[in-house]
Amino acid sequence: MTRNDATTEGTEPDAVETEREVVEGDSEVDEDDGEVVTLAHGAGGEATRSLVDQLVVSRFGDAANPAGRAAEPGAVGLPELDDGSAHPISGGETSIVLTTDSHVVSPPIFPGGDIGRLSVAGTVNDLAAMGVTDPIALTCSLVVEEGTPTATLEAIMESMRATCEEAGVAITTGDTKVMGSGELDGPVINTTGIGAIEPGALVTDAGLSPGDAILVSGTIGDHGIALLSEREGFDLGGGLESDVAPVNGLVAAATDAGEVTAMKDPTRGGLATTLNEMAGKAAVGVEIEERSVPIDDAIASAGELLGIDPLSVANEGKVVLGVDPDDAEAVLEAIRDHPLGENAAIVGRATEDHAGRVVLDTGFGRRYLSEPAGEALPRIC
Amino acid sequence: MATDATLQFRDPDAAREIADRIDALMADVGEPVSLMHVCGSHEQAIAKFGLRSMLPEGLAVRMGPGCPVCVTNMPEVDEAVALAEDGAIVATYGDMYRVPGTAGSLADASAAGADVEIVYSASEAVELAEENPGREVVFFATGFETTAAPTAAILAAGPPGNFSVLSAHKYVPPAMEVVAELPDTDVDGFLAAGHAATITGYGLFEAFVEEYEIPVVVGGFEPLDVLLGIERLLEHIDDGRAGLENAYPRCVSEEGNTAALETMWEVFETTSGEWRGIANIPDANLAVREEYAAYDARERFEIDPDVGAADPLTEQCICGDIMAGTADPDECELFGEECTPRNPVGACMVSSEGTCKIWLEYGGRPDL
Repeated sequence: MTRNDATTEGTEPDAVETEREVVEGDSEVDEDDGEVVTLAHGAGGEATRSLVDQLVVSRFGDAANPAGRAAEPGAVGLPELDDGSAHPISGGETSIVLTTDSHVVSPPIFPGGDIGRLSVAGTVNDLAAMGVTDPIALTCSLVVEEGTPTATLEAIMESMRATCEEAGVAITTGDTKVMGSGELDGPVINTTGIGAIEPGALVTDAGLSPGDAILVSGTIGDHGIALLSEREGFDLGGGLESDVAPVNGLVAAATDAGEVTAMKDPTRGGLATTLNEMAGKAAVGVEIEERSVPIDDAIASAGELLGIDPLSVANEGKVVLGVDPDDAEAVLEAIRDHPLGENAAIVGRATEDHAGRVVLDTGFGRRYLSEPAGEALPRIC
Repeated sequence: MATDATLQFRDPDAAREIADRIDALMADVGEPVSLMHVCGSHEQAIAKFGLRSMLPEGLAVRMGPGCPVCVTNMPEVDEAVALAEDGAIVATYGDMYRVPGTAGSLADASAAGADVEIVYSASEAVELAEENPGREVVFFATGFETTAAPTAAILAAGPPGNFSVLSAHKYVPPAMEVVAELPDTDVDGFLAAGHAATITGYGLFEAFVEEYEIPVVVGGFEPLDVLLGIERLLEHIDDGRAGLENAYPRCVSEEGNTAALETMWEVFETTSGEWRGIANIPDANLAVREEYAAYDARERFEIDPDVGAADPLTEQCICGDIMAGTADPDECELFGEECTPRNPVGACMVSSEGTCKIWLEYGGRPDL
């Protein structure tokens, strides 16, 4: 239970302190006052956001970044903390969309996928969640440890190739670094993706309006629960597999079928975090009917055993969409016609009430669905 | 597990039928009723399934001292942190990981380089000891009878020589007595924890019911179990009788798991100790008996914990009142402000079994 599967914030422990000192106008780094990065900072949710705000947004989120304030149509900047950034070019006719993701996962080859497939799908899906379904190219930076079997890397790279083919994208530039033995726990793969889109077709996290239907493209919790079960050595008779897959084709089918108002891929922190972010950014409420959320039976059972809610763990081949209510059925049908979307469902709607929060109707009563506070920890009993 | 067997205890239509009967009982009782459960898993079930929003006004269901993590005393956490900092591998349940002691949590120790391992069971901690023969492995053992019995079984079976236990195990029945005697606590009935009762048996509560004349119903953890337990308690209250009832017969018997109990009392003895925020409770802590001193971390090591200066905020923390059933989390000034799951002041905000964390996450009594 010690690694997160898609940690973008690779920071030195004392970097937190650097920020504090800068704010105070003092260049010295005080390593001794106790504050360090913890795993919770990499688990998605509030802790991650707070670290990113403190380290990155505070420095790069202002006018220094041309898209920083998102004043122009077709621009998405750093402060929005969307799946990527968008930059209008050619007089605003086109926006270039850029996203990046570093991938570490333990174990690197897991049921249903591997770090190679994850690193391609992760970036393709971030672009897709902004509406870019035909990416121009990906980069690949690979950091490996001395002693890593070449055969392992062959398998990972071959998986990247196959996943690129599936997504219809190529890796066109990259970098390779080798670290000394013991300096790195497992391979780290960074991919950056670039795409172009008409500004009007750009979909952000923040686009929900009251009344919009909330759709998920398939079963929820597969990746997170499958990996946690694997790490804990739970043998549940097989069948627990990550959902890792590029969803750009599915997203293209959805956006062709109707008006998608908001979209996000529910990776770290799972559906719970994604819905809270979408509700918060749009200042609307979201109501979800728990029994409509598709969850695989084996995943649900394993989640109960682990004491971990499938709604709060990562998915790597899913997308959450806000859809104009008039188009919801058409979009649902289009997603279900896609091979990755057969379990898609309408799970709720955006509301004017309880802005910024997500309410879950459990079938018994109603309660909030909050984002997980830190890394998922198993319970005592 | 979400098997067919559990799904029948998660039938919303059946739940609404029980809720209707609860409504009728409350109307019959005609005055506010305050029930207490003593188990974090009950609070989890109530909050996770949104059961409070099904209950009529005037019926309060509060959590008492039912979160073993929450009642673990700060100096006990300090001891675990000290052992980790001194080079032992400290294994513990996930819930304990972020609980602050006076000078930091095991998570802080881990971030600073100490070896802290999260385990699901005592036997997993023993496996760690077997895998690390050159290291001392200390199992920071928390929990009520449900986890104390397995810890005892491990010690009775003779674990490896590099394995020891730092016991913070607690024993529930004396705590119920203390809560029942607290002057400000107003409890009309106790929903007792089915998990612990699988070990102790429900017969254990007979003396309590007789002495305090408060009804006790042992309940399970699926939504229908909880609602059924509440209904049974209201029946007792409506009839004006204080009885003992087992509403979880598929798991709990009158005498409990006698073999597990025998081992538990062979390895542990009760001792007085502080339950965090509540009181020093006689006979409610479980200490390793002298016969097993070789596996008692407190005997094996000279533990000299750093004791931090008390966080001034802890003065304002009302965890104790919440666990005594005299206050709800939203009555605490720190709740959701200075005290959050990321920066918990009191243990009730740390554990997934803690009332404050549960209320913040699920919205305690939300009008949704």
